[in-house]
Amino acid sequence: MKTLARTKEKGLWLAPLLTALILWELAARYVIKNPAILPRFSDVIFSFYMLREDIILDILVSLLHFGIGLTLAFSVALPLAIGMGWFRNVFKAVDPIVEILRPIPPLAWIPIAMVWFHLTHYAAGFIIFLGAFFPILIASYTGFRDVPKVLVETGKVLGCIGDKNLIKYVAFPYALPSVATGTRVGMGVGWMCVVAAEMFGVSKNGLGFRLFNEFYWLHQMDYVVAYMLILGLVALCLDRLFRHFVEDKLFKWKKGMVK
Amino acid sequence: MNHKLELRNVIKTFNSEEGKIKALEDINLNVKPNEFLCIIGPSGCGKTTLLRLIAGLEHPSSGEIVLDGKEVKGPSPDRGMVFQDFSLFPWRTVLKNVEFGLENLGVKDRREIAERYIELVGLKGFENCYPYELSGGMKQRVAIARALAMDPSILLMDEPFGSVDAQTRNVLQEELLEIWKRTKKTVLFVTHSVDEAVYLGDRVAVMSARPGRIIECMDINIARPRKRTSVEANEIREMLLIRLGLESQRIR
Repeated sequence: MKTLARTKEKGLWLAPLLTALILWELAARYVIKNPAILPRFSDVIFSFYMLREDIILDILVSLLHFGIGLTLAFSVALPLAIGMGWFRNVFKAVDPIVEILRPIPPLAWIPIAMVWFHLTHYAAGFIIFLGAFFPILIASYTGFRDVPKVLVETGKVLGCIGDKNLIKYVAFPYALPSVATGTRVGMGVGWMCVVAAEMFGVSKNGLGFRLFNEFYWLHQMDYVVAYMLILGLVALCLDRLFRHFVEDKLFKWKKGMVK
Repeated sequence: MNHKLELRNVIKTFNSEEGKIKALEDINLNVKPNEFLCIIGPSGCGKTTLLRLIAGLEHPSSGEIVLDGKEVKGPSPDRGMVFQDFSLFPWRTVLKNVEFGLENLGVKDRREIAERYIELVGLKGFENCYPYELSGGMKQRVAIARALAMDPSILLMDEPFGSVDAQTRNVLQEELLEIWKRTKKTVLFVTHSVDEAVYLGDRVAVMSARPGRIIECMDINIARPRKRTSVEANEIREMLLIRLGLESQRIR
């Protein structure tokens, strides 16, 4: 009985998904009746087949842009987050700059990216960096800022003296789950910037470039939707991998608090 | 001078928005080696502040604190501290929590030392548990083991059993006395419970309402092992309660 219930619970996502797909197919076929406005699901599936040779390369190029952006975002955000979270004065000094830059949409940076990096992978990486940077920064410095006083004092009493040691042995382990959460959110936002990062033509491949600069201009809406789904699926895989390798393994000690 | 710890004319004032607040006024206190001294007082009287000064987490506004002939300047492993609650590092197992201080000192055989103290507090078998898997009483045992593993000169305890249930509390008190007997540590124990102070202490220091002063130091001349319900214990409790009651009224 229990295993049956378990299987039922695990398959809970299946029925809504199938319903949505069937509704989509029916709506496209009998209500909209115009594939230029809403392509049918079956046509989109067929597009996957038609595009099978390009998909892998496009995914890889987009992952390259994503990798550049995310690596950069993480490496800049983490040290800054430690500074802002641990030292009040650093926070006071830097916070206004962060809060002015943060609301500027990554799209608005495209001219700057082109002037600074020209049509290179780095220009795309820069746009993704801007999307991923702030979520990682904010979540991480919150983690470092909220280290309970009693843990810091316990550290001091036990001979962990000085900011460097306290950060390394007390604040960092405490803040790590926040850093991971921020990174996960940052990955999501960064991935959303992939299309924006590629639509100004930094390369002849990439999911965003093809979707916007080829398929859309050719009014191949079934291809567009196929690539939209690819964008969603790749992000899903990235997120699952991250959760599997980072969150579940690293944070056994958090179990009592969150799950 | 045969004093383990000496406090001379210690004053502590805090700066707040309404100006200076005097937390402690002219504290003089001597603690003998191996002594178990309890400090009680009405809430907000500064007993925790006093302990934090001795731990080196705060600095006295004036006066001096001398431990083993040396003036206290900041936190150091020669003073072990047990906080009331939530002081275990949640990302470390019991063993790793107890090893923490030894790691900072670079002690080689920290594993063996940690295991010995874990056994001393009766947690053998729980070495690899994370704090979230432990009960409140077990957590405090780990905190005690962790403080003792540093082999401190004095053990400072800030209402360490304040947030465990009454039964566990009694058990922990007995265990603490047993550990004290075995390790021969000097213990400074802050509590708001007169019962606890009379059961544990060689001496009980009573503090006044804010600004905190030590208004009385009472020797508890009851042979150990003590009975919680003995007549002598009750008499001392009565005296202390009256003294404290007067102080508590002053706050209102």
